[in-house]
Amino acid sequence: MSANVKTFTSDNWDGEVLKSTTPVLVDFWASWCGPCRMIVPHVEALAEKYLGKLVVGKLNVDENPNVSGQYGIRGIPTLLLFKNGKVAEQVVGVQSKEQLAKMVDRHIS
Amino acid sequence: MDIYKTIIIGGGPAGLAAAIYTGRARLRTLVLEKVATGGQLLLTDYVENYPGILQTEGGRLMETFLEQAQKFGAELAYGEVHDLRPNADGYEIVTGEETYHTLSIIVATGSSHRHIGVPGEKELWGKGVSVCATCDGAFFKDQIVAVIGGGDSALTEAIFLKNLCRQVYIIHRRDELRAEQILQERAIAASNISFCWNTVLEEIVGEKEVTSVRVKNVKTGERSEIALSAVFVAIGMTPNSGFLRPLVKLDENGFVLATHQMATSAPGIFVAGDVRSASYRQIATSVGDGVTAAMSVELWLENSGLIPALK
Repeated sequence: MSANVKTFTSDNWDGEVLKSTTPVLVDFWASWCGPCRMIVPHVEALAEKYLGKLVVGKLNVDENPNVSGQYGIRGIPTLLLFKNGKVAEQVVGVQSKEQLAKMVDRHIS
Repeated sequence: MDIYKTIIIGGGPAGLAAAIYTGRARLRTLVLEKVATGGQLLLTDYVENYPGILQTEGGRLMETFLEQAQKFGAELAYGEVHDLRPNADGYEIVTGEETYHTLSIIVATGSSHRHIGVPGEKELWGKGVSVCATCDGAFFKDQIVAVIGGGDSALTEAIFLKNLCRQVYIIHRRDELRAEQILQERAIAASNISFCWNTVLEEIVGEKEVTSVRVKNVKTGERSEIALSAVFVAIGMTPNSGFLRPLVKLDENGFVLATHQMATSAPGIFVAGDVRSASYRQIATSVGDGVTAAMSVELWLENSGLIPALK
């Protein structure tokens, strides 16, 4: 995994996601989810492209069910974009590189 | 200017099989993929009907396809095709980021899941409405779920879900199944799969998540409501062919019309796999299409004087 993509857990969620002053993109995934693997290269590319403007990380829903439950995640991959601790946008399912970049662009000047 | 001998649009089984052959024919080949190589194969939990391989995971089979294509020189790029137009040398393919030039094209873009179009389907997408049981089934452990459809995909989803969920309803508009006999036997034998025959979905109900579905029996006209937590939609596929209009002739459902040699109505454009009209949409048939298309491309380039003839 790319060094620019963080690993979020229930332990670091508050500090790294909710209290972040930079927008945060969270990729909710699980090891048994094929489509989650499909978007990995695109998520990694976003982390590189928006380095310094956007924090990008992944949360394993199997290992952190309390976090995914809190946001009502019932389909993966789900991507949530957080701004000042609040969900600014949510996309569910496989997305192309372009679709993801457009989504991020809407929230980052 | 950099011109490919062929560009294969789509990196599923059909596209990658074609790439193995064009690569071995030493034709400079680009595989242009929108999301991820492997296509629908990546959504498949296990594969047991691909000859020569007893059983494998979809993702693993795809990795071998890709490795084999790259071994013979195929290049890979990610991009979504926005425009496709003929030019003096062949074709220009425009994606969000690049413009590619090529002498010939193999369209292997596959198909996408069809939506039912009922209220609640879009609103509750990712909140209990899904097209991927292997991805989302685990969220509904020990709960009641429904699968919509009666084909191979619907039964495969139901058979996967029966081990996780308390109860699986298969809601099917007809009173018989189109699925493979072996899948039918497995589904019928499962104690926690029940069939709702002659039944159509009218609405998916829920506020923050799916709580029930409203259905109608098409024979009796009777309406009822089933309390459940998830709906897996498997009612067939729609072709990814919009970008080919009006250049390439499509059938009434939007699938690409082709000869037995995989030639389309446009010179130098060939087709393979699920996007082709009358395809059986199996991994093995897609691979066959891909190989046929690749060999047709080579022959077409030769006959058009664009590459030297073999003899």
